[in-house]
Amino acid sequence: MTQPSPAALYRSMRLIRSFEEQALALVRSGEIVGGTHPYIGQEAVAVGVCAALDPGDQLTSTHRGHGHVLAKGAEPRRMLAELTGRETGLNRGRGGSMHAADLALGILGANGMVGAGAPIAAGAAWAALRQGSGRVVASFFGDGALNQGVLLETLNLAGLWQLPVLFVCENNGYATTLSVQAGVAGSALGRAAAFGIPAEQVDGMDAVAVHAAAARAVSRARAGGGPSFLECRTYRFEGHHTMERRVRVRYRSAEEIDSWRSRDPLESGAALLAPGEHVAIDQEITELMAEAVEFALAGPHPDPARALAYLYADGLLPRPGHPVEVAR
Amino acid sequence: MTKLSYAKALNRALADELTRDEAVCVFGEDLGAGLSGLTPGLRDRFGAERVVDTPLSEQAFSSLALGAALAGMRPVVEFQIPSLLFLVFEQIANQAHKISLMTGGQITAPVTFVVPGSGSREGWAGQHSDHPYSLFAHVGVKTLLPATPADAYGLLVSAIRDPDPVVLFAPAGAMGVREDVTTELAPVPIGSARVHRAGTDVTVVAAGHLVYEALAVAEELAPEVSVEVFDPRTLYPFDFAALNDSVGRTGRLVVVDDSNRMCGLAAEVIASVVELGMPLRAAPRRVTRPDGAVLPFAIGLDRAVQPGREQLRTAVLATMARH
Ligand SMILES: Cc1ncc(C[n+]2csc(CCOP(=O)(O)OP(=O)(O)O)c2C)c(N)n1
Repeated sequence: MTQPSPAALYRSMRLIRSFEEQALALVRSGEIVGGTHPYIGQEAVAVGVCAALDPGDQLTSTHRGHGHVLAKGAEPRRMLAELTGRETGLNRGRGGSMHAADLALGILGANGMVGAGAPIAAGAAWAALRQGSGRVVASFFGDGALNQGVLLETLNLAGLWQLPVLFVCENNGYATTLSVQAGVAGSALGRAAAFGIPAEQVDGMDAVAVHAAAARAVSRARAGGGPSFLECRTYRFEGHHTMERRVRVRYRSAEEIDSWRSRDPLESGAALLAPGEHVAIDQEITELMAEAVEFALAGPHPDPARALAYLYADGLLPRPGHPVEVAR
Repeated sequence: MTKLSYAKALNRALADELTRDEAVCVFGEDLGAGLSGLTPGLRDRFGAERVVDTPLSEQAFSSLALGAALAGMRPVVEFQIPSLLFLVFEQIANQAHKISLMTGGQITAPVTFVVPGSGSREGWAGQHSDHPYSLFAHVGVKTLLPATPADAYGLLVSAIRDPDPVVLFAPAGAMGVREDVTTELAPVPIGSARVHRAGTDVTVVAAGHLVYEALAVAEELAPEVSVEVFDPRTLYPFDFAALNDSVGRTGRLVVVDDSNRMCGLAAEVIASVVELGMPLRAAPRRVTRPDGAVLPFAIGLDRAVQPGREQLRTAVLATMARH
């Protein structure tokens, strides 16, 4: 595994940040319907972990998945086309923000059900083992997922069968409005330890630190050493969902948000570069995003007559919901 | 006279029952913050011991509520999204629902499961747009789908007082509805239908937010067609006696149903009417989501899959064309 350069880590974080800011603007302008779960603040986790993965490795993602999907290499313009519901999107406009997937890049899909990605990752890891492919699978989830039974069942199977899977808990302190203190008995690391899975806590605002820990875990998995568990301590700067602004719920203090903002992973990432080096990267990403917006909004809307295309692999089209229209 | 919103009606029903009966309590996610609109203010009024913010442990807290019910409590469980019902099907269908019969009637399980924002919320895609009431009616869990704020209030109150498990679906499309409440809010009996608009030509069965679509179509067609809008309010048990009366008068039937066509509620309603031997003057029609629909994300696709006003109008006219 080659060591990623600070510039590469920064570039990836910058891309995610700019993408998310652009997405927020498109939610506000109504181009993105349904809203998004912003990843702003957590970039170092996706970037650090994905930098430790090979192109052939896989991941499962969450409702807050834009960062994971982009860090694994998804094209920003096709991702943005997906968020705006276009035929040119990653999922042809059928999935949207919470289900973005790019199988060619090993992205097995973002998931709208909390905790639901972990067993899917474990299954892919199990297959990798059977196939002798040397593939490793990373599974991202939040602190809220620690309380889903299916996650605990998955830890057991992964530990029992020594699956090459990396469980990445993004502990941003909250499951929607519930603080981790009010939600998790014991600790995240304790969950993993109970199943004999090596677990480590890492500063999730530091891409270099996340990468180092993830790289150790990935090497161990590739060498047959089984699963690992990373708890990345991080924070989301924005609300749980873009709708939160409208509902105006208060569960975090301004001081708390400010103190985490002062540890912005993007700023510490930029600090590792040569003076002024980030300017060129910022410029490149700005152009890339402008082009992505143009591409996304120029894409055709999918044909409503084909709303349920892709429901069945064999092309079977279900009967419509009313008899008046002739069956397609 | 006050304008009462649907969400506020559910909030008031919870508040009234929490006040009336010490055994009532509420479990769910982000209840304190009142995120889904049902619980604002309740934790402050009744305390965090009775309005319980839970971790994301739906399977656990669904059956935990059952356990509490067996010990004399009357828990209400709120789910943030309708698809979570697939996650807790074991707890509701296999545990809560069966326990009374399996214990030979030794046990009753007065748990209420409430699903605010059921159905499409436009742009929430596959895993957040289900409206799975037909599944619960199929299993035989008491299944409620109120359309109006007053019915939402009355049915939730009845659900909480009911000795059996009840699932109440509050459709996303109705959550914002407001109603002038002239009479005092009162319990609505489970299993009683309601006719929103009387008519003589065709009975349109519509539940939840689709009642409003049906009323709009009825209004639109009023010069030529006299449409009766029949709202079952309760999908299980279904008020077939009232439906029988209605179809007996009109002789025509259209069902609009926001669940999938295959094995859906509309199929059951039509089959039952046909089976009862009602003399129909035209073939009955249904307007539903397509077979096995998964709601796609893009807004044009989302809307294409949902039953709507246009298709309902066409279906009503189709029954009129066939004499
Ligand atoms: C099983 C399940 N329960 C509830 C929800 C509603 N919901 C969506 S995201 C979320 C909070 C998740 O918190 P966490 O896992 O910590 O991830 P974060 O949002 O902090 O990234 C909730 C409650 C859901 N999607 N799935």
